[in-house]
Amino acid sequence: MTTALEIKGLCKRFGTVDVLKSIDLSLDKGGFLVLVGPSGCGKSTLLNTIAGLESVSAGEILIDGQPVNGLHPSKRDIAMVFQSYALYPNMSVSENIAFGMEMRKVPKGDREKAVAAVAKTLQIEHLLDRRPSQLSGGQRQRVAMGRALVRQPRVFLFDEPLSNLDAKLRIDMRVEIKRLHQQTGTTTVYVTHDQIEAMTLATRIAVLKDGEVQQVGTPGEIYNTPANLFVADFMGSPAMNLLEGRVAKNGGAAAITFVAEGGSPITLAVPSGVGTGHLKDGDSIILGIRPEAVSDPQSVDRNAKTVATFDAPVEIVEPAGSDTFVVTRVAGQEITARMRADADLKPGQVAPFAFNMEKAVLFDPESGNRIR
Amino acid sequence: MKISLVGSATMDRAQPASLRAKAQAWLPRIVLAPSFVLVLIFVYGFNLWTFFLSFTNSKAFATTRLVGLANYQRLWDWTFASDPPSNWHTALVNMAVFGLLYVVLCLALGLLLAILLDQKIRGEGILRPIYLYPLALSFIVTGTAWKLFLDPRIGLEKAVHDWGWTSFHFDWVVTPSKMIYCVAIAGIWQSSGFVMAMFLAGLRGVDGEIIKAAQIDGASTFATYRRIIIPMMRPVFLSAIIILTHLAIKSYDLVLSVTGKNPGGAAELPSTFMYSFTFTRNQMAVGSTSAVIMLMTIAAIMVPYLYSELRQKRS
Amino acid sequence: MTSLDPAVAQREPTRHSTVTRVVIYGLLVLFAVVYILPLGVMVMTSLKPLDEVTGGNMFALPQALTFDPWVQAWSAARIGVSETAGIHGYFLNSIKMVVPAVLISTLLGALNGFVLTKWRFPGHNLVFGMMLFACFIPFQSIIIPMAVILGNLGTFGNHLRDLTGYSFGFGNPIVNLVLVHVVYGLGFTTLFFRNYYEVFPTELVKAAMVDGASFFQIFRRVMLPNSMPIVIVTVIYQFTNIWNDFLFGSTFAAGDSAPMTVALNNLVNTSTGIVEYNVNMAAAIIAAAPTLIVYIVAGRYFVRGLMAGAVKG
Repeated sequence: MTTALEIKGLCKRFGTVDVLKSIDLSLDKGGFLVLVGPSGCGKSTLLNTIAGLESVSAGEILIDGQPVNGLHPSKRDIAMVFQSYALYPNMSVSENIAFGMEMRKVPKGDREKAVAAVAKTLQIEHLLDRRPSQLSGGQRQRVAMGRALVRQPRVFLFDEPLSNLDAKLRIDMRVEIKRLHQQTGTTTVYVTHDQIEAMTLATRIAVLKDGEVQQVGTPGEIYNTPANLFVADFMGSPAMNLLEGRVAKNGGAAAITFVAEGGSPITLAVPSGVGTGHLKDGDSIILGIRPEAVSDPQSVDRNAKTVATFDAPVEIVEPAGSDTFVVTRVAGQEITARMRADADLKPGQVAPFAFNMEKAVLFDPESGNRIR
Repeated sequence: MKISLVGSATMDRAQPASLRAKAQAWLPRIVLAPSFVLVLIFVYGFNLWTFFLSFTNSKAFATTRLVGLANYQRLWDWTFASDPPSNWHTALVNMAVFGLLYVVLCLALGLLLAILLDQKIRGEGILRPIYLYPLALSFIVTGTAWKLFLDPRIGLEKAVHDWGWTSFHFDWVVTPSKMIYCVAIAGIWQSSGFVMAMFLAGLRGVDGEIIKAAQIDGASTFATYRRIIIPMMRPVFLSAIIILTHLAIKSYDLVLSVTGKNPGGAAELPSTFMYSFTFTRNQMAVGSTSAVIMLMTIAAIMVPYLYSELRQKRS
Repeated sequence: MTSLDPAVAQREPTRHSTVTRVVIYGLLVLFAVVYILPLGVMVMTSLKPLDEVTGGNMFALPQALTFDPWVQAWSAARIGVSETAGIHGYFLNSIKMVVPAVLISTLLGALNGFVLTKWRFPGHNLVFGMMLFACFIPFQSIIIPMAVILGNLGTFGNHLRDLTGYSFGFGNPIVNLVLVHVVYGLGFTTLFFRNYYEVFPTELVKAAMVDGASFFQIFRRVMLPNSMPIVIVTVIYQFTNIWNDFLFGSTFAAGDSAPMTVALNNLVNTSTGIVEYNVNMAAAIIAAAPTLIVYIVAGRYFVRGLMAGAVKG
């Protein structure tokens, strides 16, 4: 497996502001890397440096092993799809798609053939003579992808392409993009602030914050074993429950205790596989557990070995159709649990909650990092 | 108790309310009415009046003796009287020459300056006002300035002679056949800044991502402007052409001040033609006819444009 | 959103070579010089004694700097066949004409714009269209009827004066000019305010109505206070246009009541005697001064006004 894209120690400053701080990333050929993070984290800047639309202050970018730092965007063999589609308004759809080839002096016959082929793949053949202003949002998106596809680039770059679409269309186009990626197998870098897009599309996710990579990994790794509190909180919806507690160590075994106001402390066993050797009794610690790992005793995973069940008061009930989200309070802290759809619970009730500790993760409150 | 109070309150307001409400409903229209009536009378009414006059035999004063299309016939004949050229013929030729130069060169210069200013240069805050200030001047002031500037004895020709190039000739401003070009120069100097401002606003409205896409497609700066950005400026071109054309047709002050007393009528334009025939030569009917023709020309350009603009707004 | 990303703020990376940048700046400076030159020559000429003007190079700086041409222009020069010497009288005429005309046409335009956008009635688009078209008519097409009407109004005013012993102003050339400028400025002022109020939140008007405010109360308390930008634009636009007008001034207010522009033209185009270029230039600068000052002080509103008039909506 060759490395299609490699970024080494990339830094970018604007005046006195460090927008990107020493980024290291690599992506295998055919992979789908998603850059995700909140606004201002630098993901678009990073994409622009890969494209060559922004210069680099330090570090290297290699495409297929070849350094591209000084190369003009049109010479890097990349193609880009923009948030606003950026279709040339005065040209027809076919002219839009063919423009890049025209600039590269590809003969007319070849251009037409390429446009026809791409139009067939994206099912926009009937739109070829229209102007962008006559197209719907989804159609424009496809034309933008067609313009990128026809270039047969080494790397596809997407800059939040679905942000301008309404919710339903966004889901449809997401599936299209995934299908296209499976068909063409082109290496892709995709920028979004929507973590659901990230999870569904990516083969690898890079979570960014304030110009630094917080974690790189497969969607499963990012979701189940987040590297720090930020990633844990950012990915997944509803967000991961984060509970503050203390380490209770008895000889070799470790547990987490949560002190409740005016009640008896609750103790949960440390999930298996977590290295607790360096933890001392009485240390502060944060336990992270996702809502779907907190549910009613009937729904909990049968194979889970470590399940803690106890009663807790039901505060808020949110029926969401396919599930019911319940907000409860344990040891004074709010926890969101995901119950089955027909769980008949009322606010004020006391109900049993099952915590699947296999899925729990521990964080060091000071550094924010996950305890491995 | 509470219910009856509410009942009486609504009842109290029922009778006088309807009258007051009616007055209030009509008030906006009443407020608009004076302006609308003024416009109806002083614009449309007067135009109709002039239109009527063009069918009469009015000389120094308005008469009501109708002569059908005789005046129009005269102007029509004069249009083709080129040897020696009739005033009207000269006026039309000058209008075409001036209009074409004015519109085309204002567009070209305005676009060029706007593109230059759009290149992320420093000092735009100083340069832009410099290109625009001529707009604040009266056409009379502009004409006066350029009349001096182009004067061969004390202006440009003399200055260039003083610098050594003694065979330089530029006496256009006193050469009857070339005067209209000087009027064009002064007009372009005055109005191109405005066109520049319009294009600059248009250029700045271009989505940055389109430029990026063009870069990735490998288009040079020149190709990007030629193939993408300038075609996107089509609405600005249209607006600018409409405004410039209508300014050109209306030009009167400018011609007067550049050419002085318009010797021999060489720099005649329809606007000066109308004025001289109506007030100096006491040929009111002919003057009215030329005014009507000026109006029709402008209307032919403006009405479709306004109609399409207002219609778009509604949809 | 990527729009918060500072990277997107840059529209294009500056990839111009030094040569290109030299060419760009060079052209821009060259044009700037061309634009300034006529004004510069005017100023310098106005500060030279006459023999320097006729004998010397127009680009040369004044050797014997003198403000005499300015004094002459203001109070002593002969303007055509007028009895008043100097242009100060005509300057005053212009002020007397411009101020009322600007105020009235702006106020009416504001009211019209308010009605056309917030109190829509069937046919409002047509009414607006008709008023808009009035902006573009060539004044030649209404000058004859206007002359007739103003003449009649003058006669009527004389009758009234004989009857009541009080002059209502009919027939006074300045009053005539104010009327003319108000009427033909209505199209523009209505256009400006209408476009501005079009995007003004209607909810504010509705909230005021619910609070019980009447038409004029809403106008005075809600619309006007929030209309400062467009009021400034309109006032500047009208001031510039009316001050700079020549056609109406020369047709309807000849002689002693003439506005500044007419006086200037008469001064400059006197065909008798020696041409005092320096005095002419001083007079021209005085004539141009008010609008130029307005432009220097409030230039951006000036441009905004042009754009508002030019690109509709």
